[in-house]
Amino acid sequence: MSYVLRRVGQAVLVLALAYTAAYLLLAALPGDAVIARYGSPELGLTPEQIEAIRQSLGADQPLIVQYVRSIAGFLTGDFGYSVASGAAVSDLIVTALPPTLTLAVLGLALAVLLAVTIAFTATYGAGRALRRVFRGIPPLFVSLPVFWIGIILIQIFSFRLGLVPVIGANPVQALILPVITLAIPIAAPLSQVLMRSIDEVREQPFVAVVRARGAGTSWLLWRNVARNALLPTLTMAGLLFGELVGGAVVTETVFARAGIGQLTAQAVANRDTPVLLAVVVISTVAFVAINLVVDLLYPVLDARLRSPRRGRGASSSPAASGAATAAAERAVDELVDAEVGVPAEVGRAAASPAASPAASEAARGGTR
Amino acid sequence: MTVLATTAGLAGAPGPAPQHPAPAPDRGVRWGTLLSRAGFVLPALVIILALLWALFPGLFTGQSPTETVAPALQAPSAEHWFGTDATGRDLYARVVYGASQSIVGALVAVLVGLVVGTAIGLAAGALGGAIDEVLMRVVDVLLAIPALLLSLSVVILLGFGTTSAAVAVGVTSIAVFARLARSRVVSVRVTDFVEAAYGSGGTFFGVLWRHILPNSLTPVIALAALQFGSAILQISTLGFLGYGAPPPTPEWGLLIAEGRNYVATAWWLTVLPGVIVVLVVLATNRLSQALRGGDAA
Repeated sequence: MSYVLRRVGQAVLVLALAYTAAYLLLAALPGDAVIARYGSPELGLTPEQIEAIRQSLGADQPLIVQYVRSIAGFLTGDFGYSVASGAAVSDLIVTALPPTLTLAVLGLALAVLLAVTIAFTATYGAGRALRRVFRGIPPLFVSLPVFWIGIILIQIFSFRLGLVPVIGANPVQALILPVITLAIPIAAPLSQVLMRSIDEVREQPFVAVVRARGAGTSWLLWRNVARNALLPTLTMAGLLFGELVGGAVVTETVFARAGIGQLTAQAVANRDTPVLLAVVVISTVAFVAINLVVDLLYPVLDARLRSPRRGRGASSSPAASGAATAAAERAVDELVDAEVGVPAEVGRAAASPAASPAASEAARGGTR
Repeated sequence: MTVLATTAGLAGAPGPAPQHPAPAPDRGVRWGTLLSRAGFVLPALVIILALLWALFPGLFTGQSPTETVAPALQAPSAEHWFGTDATGRDLYARVVYGASQSIVGALVAVLVGLVVGTAIGLAAGALGGAIDEVLMRVVDVLLAIPALLLSLSVVILLGFGTTSAAVAVGVTSIAVFARLARSRVVSVRVTDFVEAAYGSGGTFFGVLWRHILPNSLTPVIALAALQFGSAILQISTLGFLGYGAPPPTPEWGLLIAEGRNYVATAWWLTVLPGVIVVLVVLATNRLSQALRGGDAA
């Protein structure tokens, strides 16, 4: 219980700090938004009129008052008004959210499908050549610019092959290419982590035991390896959400789809800081919430984390190291591990007689 | 001791077992070394070429990147390798001259992340206590805001342009560098040789500089190489969205954005600059893997 409370408290703290940082970046530092919008000589407003606008918007108050007010506003769902259009930011977001959610959910589903296919083929596929090819896919996917994927897909499927109409596509057709575009950059890190954890799990002694008792490859894969390999993948959820948000901005711009991403891109182009602030804050809340859920679910899903007294069993598992670490941090460490290969080196650099897993264990346990 | 420890990780650390099939008879081995050598030399060549493009673009093309030299929208030919764009500029020249934008931008971005992030991580790991707690909360905040949104917020603050785009991308990598540096410091700090260094009269900063920093740096450098590729990608994304260098600057992302209106008629305007971006990023990622001694599968 105290673990739950501590994690929730930590999440609230990070949110408060993130809000403050975003507010400083987007509301306090950029200078006078009222002058920026109404100050141009073309509008012909007198200084008194500008002062009146300022008062009506509450911009004449000291910064700290505005800051507290904006927090109160965000807590009650009032995100202020767009500088560019004057519309309420909450209305803009409510209108833009459904298409983006559709895109994101479908993109994520396709990404998971792709990642699982790639990871399983790369680790258990028939033939070394096939496995090598599939192992090469995620590094390639990581290196593709998202906007370029979108443009190339339009070029191939719309213009060369004529499979998806460019103009007058029905809603389903209009979703196909954006969903693929969004899925590719998300599938890449997902399959990398999945592959790595499958590799890790199948080195464990219990796999040999299960095999010795007569289990076939597919039984082993689905019943034992997949279940254990999915746990580290879960920590990626928050990171993937960040990728989804970034991907949505680019994808919606490339395909000219209405949505949160398009809204964000326009907000930056128009220097519409209230809109960008709202998008940043909402995404951050979602990110922190996702990580909180993952953290709270982790002990439920991984039996090794349930009773701290059985420390020996727990300390030999890669998953257990996360007990004290927040999911967000663990995901980053996981990714860095995968790409920079820290654990392997820790064992060597520390020049300790301990085996590599134990050393990496100590390193990661030590991070928090 | 220090030297041994830092090079140990670099010198052919074996990757995960499945990537290293047991060495087959002689022929297989030779094929393996040949392949792995090609896997190192090719990316290195790509990077060197890109660097040369960035430093001496005039050596690789005689044409101007911003002047009209030919009829508009010509397909690639012997005279114009990558074809010409909508205003008749030579696309190859624009890509070559664009290298400096992307590569200098990526260097700035990595430097921002490396210096600020490593400083935070070193301070947090070496000092510990309340400072550690505060710094790591700052890092948590940087992690909590989705990367693109964070860089967009920085761009809106600094204004559009090559440098601000580079700094914006750099800010997003601070958190990763900080966490990596801190975890390395924490793990090195408890080793016997650091204790011995303290025991033989080392001061805090002396030990930090002589022992902890060198032993923490190898993975940080490998991460920097990796971040370089991803910085090129992110800078080109900002350029594509129109927040980077203003036209007619030949920035890679901007080139693709400009070619976007002609996808139906002039494929080369989007395909060829994109292929260059992908090749450079792929090469950087491979080199980063080679740097840490892993077999890039």
